[in-house]
Amino acid sequence: MTPETLIEVKDLNFSYDTRAILKGIHMTMPRGKVIAIMGGSGSGKTTLLRLISGAIQPTSGYVKFAGQIVHELDRDALFKLRRKMGMLFQFGALFTDLSVFDNVAFQIREHTNLPESMIRDLVLMKLHAVGLRGAHHLMPAELSGGMARRVALARSIALDPTLIMYDEPFTGLDPISLSVIGNLIRRLTDALGMTSIVVTHDVQESLKIVDYVYFIADGVIAAQGTPSEVRDSVAPFVHQFVHGEEDGPVPFHYPAQAYQKDLNLEDTFA
Amino acid sequence: MLKHIVPGIQNVGHRVIESIWRLGRASRFFILVLLKSGTSLRRFNLVIRELYFTGVLSLIIIVVSGLFVGMVLGLQGYETLQKYGSESAVGTLVALSLVRELGPVVAALLFASRAGSAITAEIGLMKATEQLAAMGMMAVDPIARVVAPRFWAGVISMPFLAAMFSVMGVFGGYLVTVVFIGVDEGSYWSQMQSAVDFRFDILNGFIKSCFFGVAVTAIAVFEGYDAPPTAEGVSGATTRTVVTSSLAILGLDFILTAFMFRGVS
Amino acid sequence: MQRTTMDLWVGLFVITGIAALMVLSLKVGNLNVYNPSQSYVITGNFENIGGLKVRAPVKSAGVVVGRVTDIQFSTQTYDAVVTMSMDSRYLFPKDTFASILTSGLLGEQYIGLAAGGDEAMLKAGDKIMKTNSAMVLEEMIGRFLFDKAAEDDSF
Repeated sequence: MTPETLIEVKDLNFSYDTRAILKGIHMTMPRGKVIAIMGGSGSGKTTLLRLISGAIQPTSGYVKFAGQIVHELDRDALFKLRRKMGMLFQFGALFTDLSVFDNVAFQIREHTNLPESMIRDLVLMKLHAVGLRGAHHLMPAELSGGMARRVALARSIALDPTLIMYDEPFTGLDPISLSVIGNLIRRLTDALGMTSIVVTHDVQESLKIVDYVYFIADGVIAAQGTPSEVRDSVAPFVHQFVHGEEDGPVPFHYPAQAYQKDLNLEDTFA
Repeated sequence: MLKHIVPGIQNVGHRVIESIWRLGRASRFFILVLLKSGTSLRRFNLVIRELYFTGVLSLIIIVVSGLFVGMVLGLQGYETLQKYGSESAVGTLVALSLVRELGPVVAALLFASRAGSAITAEIGLMKATEQLAAMGMMAVDPIARVVAPRFWAGVISMPFLAAMFSVMGVFGGYLVTVVFIGVDEGSYWSQMQSAVDFRFDILNGFIKSCFFGVAVTAIAVFEGYDAPPTAEGVSGATTRTVVTSSLAILGLDFILTAFMFRGVS
Repeated sequence: MQRTTMDLWVGLFVITGIAALMVLSLKVGNLNVYNPSQSYVITGNFENIGGLKVRAPVKSAGVVVGRVTDIQFSTQTYDAVVTMSMDSRYLFPKDTFASILTSGLLGEQYIGLAAGGDEAMLKAGDKIMKTNSAMVLEEMIGRFLFDKAAEDDSF
């Protein structure tokens, strides 16, 4: 039995002014899976997330979320759709003027008319899921980077979304926080029956938890496959990326003229 | 020669076009804020929270500066008026200067640097740390939830602050001229009351401060929302808020004064 | 949650603001001195109003009894028609004398009323018949010089 498709990305193109960021991306993401999108810095991963959430419009092609083409929705329909999406930003993006409790309660208060006692129970449940029930009274400034990320995770699952997108969830974390977040992503996805898209360049951590990997380079999908396929891949780009080699298809040197010419050595020796 | 002039002209032209772009963006943003104000008026708690930050926290600087400005006005006015033997008119001088001009204008200038810059920095930082984007992803419109309450809080607190500034100024003038120098108390108040008119002076001053409140907060929220999401971007936007809104206050003041007092006296 | 203390502060802020506006209107301004709802309107024709302005006070024995509300030029009589709104507590005889005076040498100009002896009182819409124009400084100086010249001639 093949699981039903939640997101379908078809022939997606996007460019800023004349600079093409994404060139003809095809993806299908089934429900209940953790999917990683990897690629070097500036390869268009975050742009892809913004396209899926409808924050920007594609130049051509489309993203279909649960049967709806995202960029064709009007504002109200898009906002309704976003209630089914959660997003974890790179540094958490907690509201600095609200306490941890109010941060998690934010979305519930904005979108529902639940009584305060029920909101309290819901918030504490979500915080318990990320192990921070005891920190509900703290302000975001009092949290460590890893804790802030976990609170943000609790906040994004507040309304039980069908999809959570993680934008670089592992950046700037110590090894312990890193595996805590990684395991949380896996556990929450399985427990809540969500779908997760993890945009990252942390290969080793993400290969442990994901079901499927897309590599994006220069705006096209360079490679894709399950973690074991990726590890064993002999494709030069994937090999370089997974093993973190300095030189390869992605060169160490930015294109330049000949070294000797730059240093004016030719004249001296001539 | 031409080689130096042409890029210079191009640069000027480029800047002019750029500022027209910005003005257009600012106007569109202002209309958006007005259109999306429904939420903040329905959930007035949001505005009350911001009133605390823009209004209550600006109180001290307004009250203290008002007192000192009034004292200086009293002192200077007395020095000049006593040369003509009309020191009893010092109350009129203090009250008219404050109610018509200094109250609204100086209070607005202080408000721009105290509350306006804070609004810009706060919104700019929320943008830089992706809090606004996060809000958008939670299907909550940041303009309705973050910008509009701050805008309305500023618009509401400005006239109150200007009025307090004027009252403190009149009191400061009273303190210096009546209590310290010894101008007759009765003539201080009565001359003031016979010269200051409710409709032409106090109401017009009130209207002025309302205009200034709208201008300062509109500039502050726009600069914050439009700031590049970096540390330099936010600090630049904060500076621009203070500079632009100070210029806007003084320019608007001239226009409003020309409208209000021309032909009346 | 400290929402309640914040509400308190904002409440105090709003009350202080409204109080400041009230002080400005009542203590600094003259909102209480002159209430147009209890008033009656009379007019007077003046040959020359000098620097008299709308809103200038109308005084009798130094007490403000009304205010100038309108100044028009009449093409029938070729003089100025001044409309005054009078406090209805004060009634004046029909032969009251109105003149345009100056407070101090350089002060503002106002209308001074000197009560006459008539039994009948001025009613709303009535016209003061006896008026005295403003003293114009240039005319006074001119007259003074003329008199002086005439004196010199007589020698």
